[in-house]
Amino acid sequence: MAKITSLTVHETLDGLKNKEFTALELAKAYLAAMEEKRALNAYVLETAETALAQAEESARRYRDGTARALEGIPLGIKDLFCTKGIRTTACSHILDGFVPPYESTVTANLFAAGAVCLGKLNMDEFAMGGSNETSYYGPAVNPWQEEKKLVPGGSSGGSAAAVAANICAAATGTDTGGSIRQPAAFCGVAGIKPTYGRCSRYGIVAFASSLDQAGPIAKDVRDCALLLNVMAGYDAKDSTSVKTETPDFTKALGQSVKGLKVGVPAEYRPTGLNAEIAACWDKGIKILREAGAEVVEISLPHTRYALPVYYIIAPAEASSNLARYDGLRYGLRVPGEHLDNMYVNSRTAGFGVEVKRRIMVGTYVLSAGYYDAYYLKAQKVRRLIRDDFVRAFNDCDVILTPTSPTTAFPIGDAQMKENPINMWLNDVFTVSVNLAGLPGMSLPAGLSANGLPLGLQLIGRAFDEETMFKAAAVLEKEIGFERLK
Amino acid sequence: MIITGKEHNWEIVCGLEIHCQIISEAKIFSGASTRFGADANENVSFVDAGMPGMLPVLNGYCVHQAVKTGLGLRAKINNYSEFSRKNYFYADMPTGYQITQFLYPIVGEGVVTVDLDDGSSKDIRIERMHIEQDAGKSIHDIDPNKTFIDLNRAGVGLMEIVTKPDFRSPEEAGAFLRKLRSILRYLGTCDGNMDEGSMRCDINVSVRPEGSDELRTRCEMKNVNSVKFVMQAIENEARRHVEVYENGGSIEQETRRFDPATGLTKALRKKEFAHDYRYFPEPDLPPLVLSDEYIRKVADELPELPDAKKARFVDKLGLTKYDASVICENKEVADFFEKAAAGHDAKKVANWLMGDFFAMLKRKNINIEESPVTAENLGALVELIEKNVISGKIAKDVFEIMSETGDSPAKIVEEKGLKQVTDAGAIEAIVDRVIAENQDKVGAYKGGKTGLMGWFVGQVIKESKGKANPQVVNSLLAEKLN
Repeated sequence: MAKITSLTVHETLDGLKNKEFTALELAKAYLAAMEEKRALNAYVLETAETALAQAEESARRYRDGTARALEGIPLGIKDLFCTKGIRTTACSHILDGFVPPYESTVTANLFAAGAVCLGKLNMDEFAMGGSNETSYYGPAVNPWQEEKKLVPGGSSGGSAAAVAANICAAATGTDTGGSIRQPAAFCGVAGIKPTYGRCSRYGIVAFASSLDQAGPIAKDVRDCALLLNVMAGYDAKDSTSVKTETPDFTKALGQSVKGLKVGVPAEYRPTGLNAEIAACWDKGIKILREAGAEVVEISLPHTRYALPVYYIIAPAEASSNLARYDGLRYGLRVPGEHLDNMYVNSRTAGFGVEVKRRIMVGTYVLSAGYYDAYYLKAQKVRRLIRDDFVRAFNDCDVILTPTSPTTAFPIGDAQMKENPINMWLNDVFTVSVNLAGLPGMSLPAGLSANGLPLGLQLIGRAFDEETMFKAAAVLEKEIGFERLK
Repeated sequence: MIITGKEHNWEIVCGLEIHCQIISEAKIFSGASTRFGADANENVSFVDAGMPGMLPVLNGYCVHQAVKTGLGLRAKINNYSEFSRKNYFYADMPTGYQITQFLYPIVGEGVVTVDLDDGSSKDIRIERMHIEQDAGKSIHDIDPNKTFIDLNRAGVGLMEIVTKPDFRSPEEAGAFLRKLRSILRYLGTCDGNMDEGSMRCDINVSVRPEGSDELRTRCEMKNVNSVKFVMQAIENEARRHVEVYENGGSIEQETRRFDPATGLTKALRKKEFAHDYRYFPEPDLPPLVLSDEYIRKVADELPELPDAKKARFVDKLGLTKYDASVICENKEVADFFEKAAAGHDAKKVANWLMGDFFAMLKRKNINIEESPVTAENLGALVELIEKNVISGKIAKDVFEIMSETGDSPAKIVEEKGLKQVTDAGAIEAIVDRVIAENQDKVGAYKGGKTGLMGWFVGQVIKESKGKANPQVVNSLLAEKLN
């Protein structure tokens, strides 16, 4: 038998139900694997005690026959989710030692369904970054290559690395501009950013409120569906969460895509697109066509404005959202002679370079005299980007694109360091989805010549994750991607 | 008010921004209590404290209160409004931004009619009203080196009412604040207590040559906390502007602090140091959309407001405009009056209310709700006078006893035997006795000193211990002396 840590969530649930192993054995196996793979730096906090206590409860429930939807499933939690009594820092120095007295709605839903908390996962500081390198705790390492250390992607880099390395059964992530999908692609795992409003943002440290959305990162598409079933749902504590029924997403799996219209946007194939990535995309198109789907060329004409719009709106909201980290009530405080000095000292020491850069950009684009030219204009273009998708979905049911223009790159890559824009360009295929509030998912689609995972992205209509799941399951089955064992 | 100048006279141009604390059980964006008088930082939720990941949720009751207020200001209620963030760092503003409304307020233009001392009235135009959250309090006087923060007030709902620059005198501003307070109290949307800070006033003042319609540079004075101080601040600031202009200087746009001790204003912050608040739409809250039906429903709940009540008291009950406006300023007084006046002579009730009754409240330093004299008993007292059971003079004594014991006037009159004597036979005996005992004065009277009639009347009433009906006394004396 394969190691139990290599199993998917649904396989693990079967194993637990069939008493092949107990929840406690399972948790211990994961804790051992975590210890063994500490070099990956995927966890910034291991919560063995909590995990064992929860696993014992799960074991009891399996014995009692009162097991819940995710009973005993060991999860890693991105450090952006506030976890009651468990240190939460968003991987920022400024939240040093912060232990929330409350639980985020999404993690509360997961734990109420029997999930077990293994620890808090590494990420880019405040989810700002695409490589996990902005983390105060240093980057997590991509488990796909041992010789040369590669980034796992970001911001949910720890989540993707941990799932790929089998040191959690699945993980939570958040996605503001691609932070679930890009690391999922880099690490050869599946990840979904649901429709904006599908999951509550309550208790998730805010980066850009109008873009942030929580979602699962998991070993396969079915696991994503199982987790999202539990994570999603209306929450009165988040006024932007939407009052709508959460369907059973697993029901979409295994359905035929016959007659499904799959849109392929011309704008996502710029000249100079990496040939391997283009080929991977073509393979996906072919699979769906052969499965009976109708592939249609679509146009998303405002795509080229998506990155600039994103890098105005996200920093603007972030500059305001991060104002509360002032050294006063929690986290890091660096004293100063007067209140203003204390703010300056605390924030200077507490925030990393990328976070400071975005606060500066955000403050600038909102300031008097620049607001209309930047923020307001960006909001207008955001509407045009959304309208592009609305029009495109008149002609198709789901959109297929690559997830990222590159594969995982080396930690400390000179080109990325040289100009932050190069890093931001990683988001080129993912940000539009956030700007339009649509669901998007990435699934592993193959390996590059040098053995690195490639990802395909599916984009659905708002609140139509099911069509996305349906297409993803078909692709997954045909691709037969081999996960790390 | 016109300020006399060297070459020409000056006119005041003033507008007000009034922050009114919304009466509600819970804060506007969090479930925390708004109870006054709690221990420091007792009424603070994770949202109010700006904890990571916390989100605001709009309190529907605060919206209801705001719509009610807007309707009371005869203002347009906007079907669409938006929340914005006003960004600035301060220790008592935990999130680093205030959630307010900026481009799209919940209430648009309205009007408040104010009554001036000369009996005229003037319409003050309302520019807009929006809803927002209050900040906490910084307490600087506990420790010489430390500032303490109390977040109980952080997140309490406020309505900010902005007027057009329609005030031409401190009196108009004072009258407006009293009228606004009266409307808010009628509506039950704000208690209007300026001394407790539940109503706070920012003042914008400039001056211009009389007759001109230019708008000159204005200065702002923030958080002035009484009607008297507002009036003082306007006058003194306007006089300062005149002095600066007449000395060839110019006024700079700035924020100034009003010092209640001196009545003067001092520069606080120049325009170039003004905050850049970086307003942008609050992404955590969807726009607020109100249906016409919702607004209609709130309108149906509105009580009769001071202006309407005043008009009714004048038209239907025959009060003078002045009496009606005094009585209607306070809803409790107006309600008390209506109850007392039911079935009686309303004008006489009004006289009693505004005379002896108000004097009694003032002397005892109590509110009308605490008055030992009930509305029914005040009405009954007036009725006893109307029916000649007691004289107006005796009534004053009865009222004094009522205000001590709370007893009904009928009971007091009965127990103390104060009933007016109208029995001509009984009074005649006294008249005869007084005439018999004062033959010298009778002689003088008959000799032409007719002014002595008053003395005779007084004597008889005195002898009767005030109970003799003056009319009967008069006619009997006239009969016997002439």
